[in-house]
Amino acid sequence: MVGFRIKRIIKLGIKSLWMHRLRSTLTALGIIFGVSSVIAMLAIGEGASRDAQEKIAQLGSRNIIIRTMQPPEDKAATGQQQILKEYGLTYNDAERFQNGIPDVQVIVPNRRLSQQALYRNRRASIEVIGTVPWYPEISSVRTKFGRFLSTTDMRYKRGVCVVDERVVKEMFAFDDPLGQDVKIGADYYRVVGVAAEQVKSKASAADKDKDATGSKKAAGGNVGGIYIPLTTVKDRFGEMTLQASSATGMSLERVQLQEIIVQVQDIDQVLPTRQSVETLISRFHKKNDYEIVVPLELMRQARDFQRIFTIVLGSIAAISLLVGGIGIMNIMMATVSERTQEIGIRRALGAKKRDIVIQFLSETLLLTLSGGVLGIILGSLIPWAVSHFSEMRTVITSGSLALAFGISTAVGIVFGLYPACRAANMDPIDSLRHE
Amino acid sequence: MIEFREALTFDKNSPTLVMKDLYKSYQLGTVELRVLRDINLTITSGEYVAIMGPSGSGKSTLLNLIGCLDRPTGGDYLLGGHSVGTLDDDQLSMIRGACVGFVFQSFKLIAQLNILENIEIPMYYQGYSEQASAARAIELAEMVGLGDRTRHRPSELSGGQQQRVAIARALANDPLIILADEPTGNLDSASGTDILKILDRLHSEGKTLIVVTHDEHIATRAQRVIRLLDGRIVQVQVNER
Ligand SMILES: Nc1ncnc2c1ncn2[C@@H]1O[C@H](COP(=O)(O)OP(=O)(O)O)[C@@H](O)[C@H]1O
Ligand SMILES: [Mg+2]
Repeated sequence: MVGFRIKRIIKLGIKSLWMHRLRSTLTALGIIFGVSSVIAMLAIGEGASRDAQEKIAQLGSRNIIIRTMQPPEDKAATGQQQILKEYGLTYNDAERFQNGIPDVQVIVPNRRLSQQALYRNRRASIEVIGTVPWYPEISSVRTKFGRFLSTTDMRYKRGVCVVDERVVKEMFAFDDPLGQDVKIGADYYRVVGVAAEQVKSKASAADKDKDATGSKKAAGGNVGGIYIPLTTVKDRFGEMTLQASSATGMSLERVQLQEIIVQVQDIDQVLPTRQSVETLISRFHKKNDYEIVVPLELMRQARDFQRIFTIVLGSIAAISLLVGGIGIMNIMMATVSERTQEIGIRRALGAKKRDIVIQFLSETLLLTLSGGVLGIILGSLIPWAVSHFSEMRTVITSGSLALAFGISTAVGIVFGLYPACRAANMDPIDSLRHE
Repeated sequence: MIEFREALTFDKNSPTLVMKDLYKSYQLGTVELRVLRDINLTITSGEYVAIMGPSGSGKSTLLNLIGCLDRPTGGDYLLGGHSVGTLDDDQLSMIRGACVGFVFQSFKLIAQLNILENIEIPMYYQGYSEQASAARAIELAEMVGLGDRTRHRPSELSGGQQQRVAIARALANDPLIILADEPTGNLDSASGTDILKILDRLHSEGKTLIVVTHDEHIATRAQRVIRLLDGRIVQVQVNER
């Protein structure tokens, strides 16, 4: 009985809206744009946030990364240039972390340098990463084929390497890289494994590709990384690098390690350990030639920023919905006064006030709900188009859809109730007389 | 909730409505304007009553009161034994829907709805099913001779036809009283005569008819003519048959 009644109410409502279809469409536009902007903005915000979160998570949430930096005074001094600049993290630092900080579980010292690699006639700019066998433990790098570097490789300073997937793609084309020799610098290295950064989702897989192409242009033109035992790198490349700078021509730098990555067992130990690292390192590095990066902190900052971002975007979208709602109320008021006589007739023929409220409220609700549905469709297309035509990632959450739909319903009720009540409370005789 | 249909059980001998010392006034600023005063009136079931009087004498106001579109300012109005003054808005709506059929001078059809849908309005508010109300609407349209025009809009019909639709609509819920406010006022004499014939037929079927009119010709068809002047009943004339 009730369901049957509702069906007729909806039918009548649709009929009435159809009679004024241009007006109904224009009215619904406000809600359509409101809802679609809510969804689109939240999707863009959410995409940006997940992007940031994942990038940071790849750095490792239990990690503390200490990086070598060129000390500020070296950069500033233009007059008296030293021929040899010596700075940065050392093997001693790594040892001090190992022995001095109890919570440290894993410690990975890395030496990174840009080199040219040659395989057959293919040449590519790559990054040599001199590292230790347990590097995969603290990173998202995983061996896909073959094996990673071993302790034996380390001990005997073997000329072996593990190549990044991206390097494989660039240099080996259809050849199986395992067992091949790659020339890096002056020496040959045998490929013992292929590694790849572990990717969490499909979306970030697409992202990774973009990253790869993006960084190819940006970061020194590296195609990817080649992992070589740290001991081998120290032995064959030394610690000196020749740096070309526009101001002074050539200069020589001596850096032992580019980074030391320290991992603790528990998330709770990250911040205290960071403190210990800081105290320890500042005692030996007066020159301020390092930086400490804590992915966990970055993650928290990103999350805080994201919250603000969402609130701001949400408020803008809410305002547009409010404007849409006011538009609807305005139209419904006009509709009510235009249909005064109809209301009088219906009242004379037995309609209760409630019936009139239901009639007008259902029209408003139909308008906002259909606006909501169209808004959801449009709002889902916008992020799709954004991801498709730019490199921005977007994520539509079911929560944002529910929110948008809920808001459009609420707008319908809130802004429809007043005109509907006004219609119902008009005096039947007065409204009958109204022409 | 009171079931008014039952309260107004059709009884030829007991009065359908009784008005005692009834008055109606409008407040215009600080001035109280008495539009109806000292109305004492009893109308029995099945009666055909005409209300006459010059323009502004309160005929429509009286008819609206009878039809429960309005409430008296003072005095008693008993409809089927129920005091209308004490009923709430929902109950008045129920009486209007179930027991009263209105016919207006300017038809008052809803322009956007077709003939069938216009006739269905009173049934919609009485909770008829879609099929039942559609079937009855077709029956009523045929009864007033418009069975072939059910899908037309009111604007596509002549005045006389529109008024016939209005009568069909008034009959939808099989009301106990039919109230007509100058039903032929907007019609040419031929269409007017059609309408009057329909009213006569309804009377002969036992309906209670109360018709406001300027037309002495109509008045002669009624059993009783009540004449109003300045809100008072000045004469009650009984037509002998
Ligand atoms: N809502 C109202 N407010 C004030 N005066 C009214 C109102 N309705 C009717 N009147 C007055 O009541 C008197 C009777 O009106 P009405 O019943 O329409 O007369 P009739 O139908 O006999 O021409 C008129 O003088 C009219 O101006
Ligand atoms: Mg009148």
